[in-house]
Amino acid sequence: MNVLVYLVPLALGLGLTGLFAFLWALRSGQYSDVDGAALRVLSDDDLHEASTTKD
Amino acid sequence: MTESLDLSLYAKPMADGTLGMELAVEGIACGGCIGRIEHAVKSVPGVTEARLNFTNRRLHVAWSPGLAEPAAILRALEDGGYHGHPFVPMRAEQQEAAEARRLTRCLAVAGFAAMNIMLLSVSVWSGNVTDITPETRDFFHWASALIALPAAAYAGRPFFASAWRALKSHSLNMDVPISLGVILALGMSLVETANHAEHAYFDSAIMLLFFLLVGRALDYAMRRKTRAVAGNLAALKAENAHRLIGDELVSVPSAALKAGDRVLVKPGERIPADGIVLGGKSDLDESPITGETARRDVASGATVYAGSLNYSGALTLKVTAAGGTALIDEIEKLLEKAASAKSRAMRLADRASRVYAPVVHLTAALTLAGWLIAGASVHDALITAIAVLIITCPCALALAIPAVQVVASGALFRANVILNAGDAIERLAEVDTVVFDKTGTLTLPEPRLVNAAALDPELLQMAARLASSSRHPLAVALSREATTRVPFDDAVEEPGQGVRARINGIDTRLGSPQFCDVITSNASQASAVCFRHGKRFAVIAIAQKLRPDAVDVVNALHGRGLDLHILSGDHVEAVAPVARALDIEQWQGGLKPAEKIACIETLKAGGRRVLMVGDGLNDAPSLAAAHVSLSPISAADVTQAQADAVFLGEKLKPVLDAIVVARRARKLMTQNLWLAAIYNAVAVPVAIAGAVTPLIAALAMSGSSLLVTLNAVRANGGAR
Repeated sequence: MNVLVYLVPLALGLGLTGLFAFLWALRSGQYSDVDGAALRVLSDDDLHEASTTKD
Repeated sequence: MTESLDLSLYAKPMADGTLGMELAVEGIACGGCIGRIEHAVKSVPGVTEARLNFTNRRLHVAWSPGLAEPAAILRALEDGGYHGHPFVPMRAEQQEAAEARRLTRCLAVAGFAAMNIMLLSVSVWSGNVTDITPETRDFFHWASALIALPAAAYAGRPFFASAWRALKSHSLNMDVPISLGVILALGMSLVETANHAEHAYFDSAIMLLFFLLVGRALDYAMRRKTRAVAGNLAALKAENAHRLIGDELVSVPSAALKAGDRVLVKPGERIPADGIVLGGKSDLDESPITGETARRDVASGATVYAGSLNYSGALTLKVTAAGGTALIDEIEKLLEKAASAKSRAMRLADRASRVYAPVVHLTAALTLAGWLIAGASVHDALITAIAVLIITCPCALALAIPAVQVVASGALFRANVILNAGDAIERLAEVDTVVFDKTGTLTLPEPRLVNAAALDPELLQMAARLASSSRHPLAVALSREATTRVPFDDAVEEPGQGVRARINGIDTRLGSPQFCDVITSNASQASAVCFRHGKRFAVIAIAQKLRPDAVDVVNALHGRGLDLHILSGDHVEAVAPVARALDIEQWQGGLKPAEKIACIETLKAGGRRVLMVGDGLNDAPSLAAAHVSLSPISAADVTQAQADAVFLGEKLKPVLDAIVVARRARKLMTQNLWLAAIYNAVAVPVAIAGAVTPLIAALAMSGSSLLVTLNAVRANGGAR
């Protein structure tokens, strides 16, 4: 059972990482425009700009 | 004369030295608009940032001061086929957004803690019936405590703070038993863990917080969504005024006008602020203020009120009230009286908690005393009493009403009803009498063509197309009928008379009877517009028209056993035909605001629960006096602020939908309260007997919460 002594904290640590990732995402406004984010991914304006600057 | 646009009211300095502005954008159709709008705005020289929020249709723009002017940004949007309406974000909206974010953070923490503690608890429960060693169990309990205590301290703050506020004002709300239950459960578990006991309730306490936070966070998310839509609609409604500075015209937002400013109001525009006429002659439609549809002639020296529509001539005003609208004194006094006399109906949840909290606390105290008398040790008696508090902790009860509220306000939102007041649903459900205002409520806010059937379609089309060259309100009403929106090239407007043009080489005129050389005998309520095309002519009647579905909705309301009334400020001859068309027997016309309130008070004294539906400034006090109130979105700002809910669109159906949804929601709320009560009736005897283990507590709590939440989802259907 000694294995629990480090497995439980390890599991908690992983969970905490997830929690902080979520809190960070919330703070940086990742959830402020959910519908827009879904559509922006389809836009390829950035690619177009990159290729025109190369020319 | 070119007119500059002054938008300094909306531009706010940002942290990085640029100026920022928020715009509500109209005309967004699809995802492709995001790129087009941002690209168009960014290509305005000097603009440093443009970010469109697709969810709430708002654009944030920042620009370097001096390098760009905000009007150019609006023009860039306009060129792309969109309309940008600048606005100042409302304080209430920002506060709610901050609160919603705080609740989401609490929810995340509680969710994380609940999952991890449950993992440990399930191990302990299964270990207790097999071969867990006391050392391992202690380790798991301590690990749970380590997660639970900080998580509860963080995620429980919304409840603790609200409970503290209630206690400080010597009252009880639902958060008092919740906070007490959580704190006692955690405290007892800590003591038990230190004594190497078999059971600890860390999971119950955290799960309770998690479920309650889900309910609260959903509530706020819904409120935020409706608030954003309401904010955008307000921005869309905001109008610009032509301010005269010396001899120069500057277009400023009406909200930026100050007392003493001079303003020009062109024909077809709304009066932007209360004021006194300095020059010019015109007639005004004051129906948004008084409900009276007959127009009033005004000339130099007359007092005019914000919201009136200017018909025939240009007026110069001196503004007397800063910030656009001030209330007419009489209405302000009535409004104050009505608001103070209104005994706010106590909310269902508060009533439930007022009964519930003392009963629970008394039961726990009696359990403690009972076990002590029966000879149990102080420790055991205390544990059992606390178990009673935990098991009765009003998880289901606290979710019972908010869960229904969230689903119902979503259903109302889809039915084009936006709630202003949180408890409007409960009050709407109790309504047995509906009082309508006429002008702008039963009828459409703008006048419409009423004799289309009697007109030659070809002449009508020609007249409607010619009408689009004029800003006169009657012409605007007529131009709605046009299939081609392109005005005739050589159309000329003769101020105060009409429009003329040569069509196919024939002189064509639209306007007053004299202008068109037509003799009319106009005895009806309608305003007559004459049209002449060579030898052919037509008399076009424009009047207030009932909302397209008014008759059906009124019949449906009758069918639901509601008592309907019309109380109008318009004169009796104008109200009678509307009442007849809608088959409403109880109607009165020519009422002053005070008389409207008196009518509502009489109904209230007779034990009626009155829903007032009105839009005019004269209705504002009646809206405040009624049990619950609705306004169309076209209503005056002051009136909208008084209404418990606002409905959108041309149809009257939202009024019916609001009542139907509210009634079903109310039924579900009561049902949910009973479900929660039954749950307690079953669980409490078990707890008093001392037979509750943490496993039973967890099952009972999540089971009952799930049940009331699923029941609440039923509030969704039927709003179609």
